[in-house]
Amino acid sequence: MSKITDMRRFPGFLQLTLLCLLVLYAPLMVVMVYSFNDSTSITLWGGFSLRWYEDVFFGLDAPKFKQAALNSLTIAVMAATCATIIAVSAAVAMMRARHLKGRTASFALINLPLMVPEIVTAVASLIFFSAIGFATGYATILVAHIVFCIPFAYLPIAARMQSIEDTYEQAAMDLYATPAQAFRLVLLPLMMPGIFSGFLLAFIISLDDFLITNFVKGAGIETLPTAIFGSVKQGIKPNIMAISTLLLLVSVGFVTLSYLASRMGQNREKKS
Amino acid sequence: MLQKTQDATLAVDIEKVTKNYGSFTALSGVSLDVRDNEFFTLLGPSGCGKTTLLRSIAGFEEISDGAIRLYGEDIAGLPPHQRPVNTVFQQYALFPHMTVAQNVLFGLQRLRKPKDEALTRCTEVLELVQLSAFAGRYPNQLSGGQQQRVALARALAPKPKLLLLDEPLSALDLKLRQAVRVELKQIQKETGITFIFVTHDQEEALTMSDRIAVMSAGEVQQVGTPREVYEAPRNRFVADFIGETNLLDVTVTSVTGDQAFCILPGGREITCPAAAVVDPGPGHLSVRPERMTLTAPTDALLSGQVENHVYLGTDMQVMVRLEDDEVLTLRVQNSDAVSIPAIGSEVGIALEAGAARLLAD
Repeated sequence: MSKITDMRRFPGFLQLTLLCLLVLYAPLMVVMVYSFNDSTSITLWGGFSLRWYEDVFFGLDAPKFKQAALNSLTIAVMAATCATIIAVSAAVAMMRARHLKGRTASFALINLPLMVPEIVTAVASLIFFSAIGFATGYATILVAHIVFCIPFAYLPIAARMQSIEDTYEQAAMDLYATPAQAFRLVLLPLMMPGIFSGFLLAFIISLDDFLITNFVKGAGIETLPTAIFGSVKQGIKPNIMAISTLLLLVSVGFVTLSYLASRMGQNREKKS
Repeated sequence: MLQKTQDATLAVDIEKVTKNYGSFTALSGVSLDVRDNEFFTLLGPSGCGKTTLLRSIAGFEEISDGAIRLYGEDIAGLPPHQRPVNTVFQQYALFPHMTVAQNVLFGLQRLRKPKDEALTRCTEVLELVQLSAFAGRYPNQLSGGQQQRVALARALAPKPKLLLLDEPLSALDLKLRQAVRVELKQIQKETGITFIFVTHDQEEALTMSDRIAVMSAGEVQQVGTPREVYEAPRNRFVADFIGETNLLDVTVTSVTGDQAFCILPGGREITCPAAAVVDPGPGHLSVRPERMTLTAPTDALLSGQVENHVYLGTDMQVMVRLEDDEVLTLRVQNSDAVSIPAIGSEVGIALEAGAARLLAD
């Protein structure tokens, strides 16, 4: 077969792919590589070292970053948990209540925040909190995070829910399960992969949110992203690269988990 | 009515059940009696309301009007989990996250049966459907036929008073379907549970049922044994839907009792049973293709010209165009003893005694 008629060959495709990958990952690679740099310069290579990782955990700024990381983590866990519970309720209500009025509108409304520029949400949240006289701090960050995490948790859960036919619950109720038992014993386990990936997605989104957090956090409290931003303002030190690399690792880990979870769910239902 | 509900042999008493979806009427005043220990089939084309009726009995649809009584008790107001009725779903709806045994145990556990009793029952029903070796498998590790049997075992395990089957064979291939028919009927006899079976397949209905209710457009057209609905259809719909039939336009001259005198196309007169009260005037005569024979054209009840042959393996289908341009289809057994007249030749047609039946519209 001649090269011209072979439909599987796309000239230049490989080069284009490589270029895309380069643009996507080069900055990350630079950060990762230079986090192991022995020099205090962020551009000159001075040999391999773990000193900046040591600096992150035991250096001058360590207590500040540790507190910020702890804040980030607790907020992310709580925000993701609350957002997931709300998203599950919303998904079940919207997919199962056939007679719910304004179903399409609700669906659009719950996903709309994904399209709203984050800066608008940030400003609006700040104005809202000050309008109702809510003192800025840990609580405002948490509330804001719960709210903007809902659509992220909702997406995988709703997608999963869509593939679960209501005959499963009917079969459960036919076999003497109360509606609550049908939900707990049949629907919930079937939704689990979606719930799991929804939770992880919400967790990651909350963990690395900067913009909204920065607006609503008030003085005296930092999350990891705002703490990083704060120290970068005084000049970039290589320890920031170490923190960023660690954060990247956590993110990649969670995304992988989320992917594996949803694939596991699909495998089980695949017809052999 | 009181007498009726006390009748011990009556399993399900459906009385004037109506179901409306907005302005659409899915069931209009359906009344049916299903006897204890009966294999009862709801047969009809898609959209005739048979599945709606089944779902109303199971409790998944709320009926707009009427009553559904199970052994004398009105169950129309009960939610599905409080009805002693189990269902085999069309797509089985086996719980994919549970093993075969867990699926079968599900109903027994919800009924809070003691553990050893539940396990014994689980073993028993899995044996009944010949799946004992598969108790630890997940549904996706089973073939379609095996999944169907798990669905049956799961529904039978709690010993329901009534088993509902919603086209459970439609997802199987033809050979398997035929084998399962026999098996299903056998299981019904063995367990003694009343079955209500929904299908659009008339062959399925005829081979398995004790009685059949033929439905169309939300109404019951006829209830009877397979023989009754096939050989004595009440109206045109039933005659046409079950098996093949020829509908001849005739003129009814007089009716006495259940016998009618009518004039056939071509002018000859015959006496035949009438399905219902039929008034003199134009009518429709149903004649099954296998109940007619080809004869010499002279002095025959009907005569015409052979228009076409269709080879069907065991049978030959012969189309004959009558003098008034109607086309009759006959089935002639494919045998060396029978010679099929050539296309274009003039033939006569004789009707077996009782082959023709005058129908109500």
